[in-house]
Amino acid sequence: MLKIRIIPSLLFNGSNLVKGKKFNSWRTVGSVFQNIKLYSLRNVDELIFLDIKAYKNKTIDFNLIDDFADECFMPLTVGGGIRNIQDIEETLRRGADKVSINSAAFHNHKLIDNAVKYFGSQCIILSIDYKMDEKGNKRIFLNSEKKLSNIDLFEYIDKIDSSKPGEILLTSVDHDGMMEGYDIDTIKKINQFSNTPIIASGGAGSAEDIYAVIKEANVKAVAASSIFHFTEITPLNVKNYLSSKGIKVRKN
Amino acid sequence: MSRIVIVDYSCGNIDSVQSAVNYHGQKSIITRDFEIIRNAEKIILPGQGSFKTGIKNLKKYGLFDLLKTKTLEDKVPILGICLGMQIFATYGFEEGKEYGLNLIPGKVDKLTTAELKLPHIGWNQIKKKREDALLQNIKDETDFYFVHSFSFICDDENDILTTTKYQNTFVSGVCRKNIFGLQFHPEKSLAPGLQIIKNFINI
Repeated sequence: MLKIRIIPSLLFNGSNLVKGKKFNSWRTVGSVFQNIKLYSLRNVDELIFLDIKAYKNKTIDFNLIDDFADECFMPLTVGGGIRNIQDIEETLRRGADKVSINSAAFHNHKLIDNAVKYFGSQCIILSIDYKMDEKGNKRIFLNSEKKLSNIDLFEYIDKIDSSKPGEILLTSVDHDGMMEGYDIDTIKKINQFSNTPIIASGGAGSAEDIYAVIKEANVKAVAASSIFHFTEITPLNVKNYLSSKGIKVRKN
Repeated sequence: MSRIVIVDYSCGNIDSVQSAVNYHGQKSIITRDFEIIRNAEKIILPGQGSFKTGIKNLKKYGLFDLLKTKTLEDKVPILGICLGMQIFATYGFEEGKEYGLNLIPGKVDKLTTAELKLPHIGWNQIKKKREDALLQNIKDETDFYFVHSFSFICDDENDILTTTKYQNTFVSGVCRKNIFGLQFHPEKSLAPGLQIIKNFINI
């Protein structure tokens, strides 16, 4: 039986790992190598590393990826700044198992299509950030431009699902860093609506929050960041809790 | 210690395979050079992507017949991982029918799922169908990391090493004499995965 994955996500600002609230008020939370070594020792299910400045700055730090990828004997997703097939190729060549694509896919829908044809869907993750507008509709948020687009979340996924990305990393900006629980309602709807496996992201503050999104939205993977940076809770604690609730997790 | 040859046929991240081999202090080389592969004493065939592309690339680099000779005649141990395992089959159906290396008779077809999504991605357990040197010190029902939408269907049940259940039970490991194939990624499966790589090194 497929196990639930608990995936720590690491956000990099070009010099340190950071974590904010609602994609703002960033706090430094440590160094890249420290964290990756720690998560390696802790045998986490998987890791996501996102360079949040790379797209705007038009630089991907391939040497850094090269260095820390060697530490990862678990699946590693790398994102931030990926604009084209060459970027994907180089990121994979430097040791990422999967790449996460966000802004570039929004601006060029064909990119996911081409990337999947070229590399296979197994290594292409479509990352989507969304935020609620004043009418209560969920729209795509573009972190690189710090603006809410006029594109509806469901319309966007409807369009891009046919490109068959391997997974969708779905982040609610309104819930990000707040540690008050996931946007279960939206995640559940998207999970039912899309044919692509969903990684729920944004809002985990406790093991109960993670249990709730798995149970209610029926996702097979969750990403979390603040909970691991700002509390004593480890991915293993979460998995033990899930296990006590009857959720299947990886034990070895 | 002899070198392990990791075949580079432009199909996916193979750096991590080398990292896992190096972890055990085993020398390895990533190559598509005909002569180096001709002299290999042990081969790993990794790979991600489609069956058709995999075969096309092996042929493009002039390695298709070489891999058959090395494994079927010279009896060199080979470990196929993910797509590398799938192209051991007689034929595959990804992007249309394509003939494979036919090292282990069978076909590769899409996983059948009802409500479950594809790809089958994440950690899932293996069920050993028999003991083998490759699975030494691996407990039954250990979890490994999978990411795939197609799977191997063996003609001969004796070739099945392990199975795994997603919507339905599928073949997650194959073995015939010196030919080993794994649908999951040992190089990405933490300690148990590294153990399998070690076992292959010691075969």
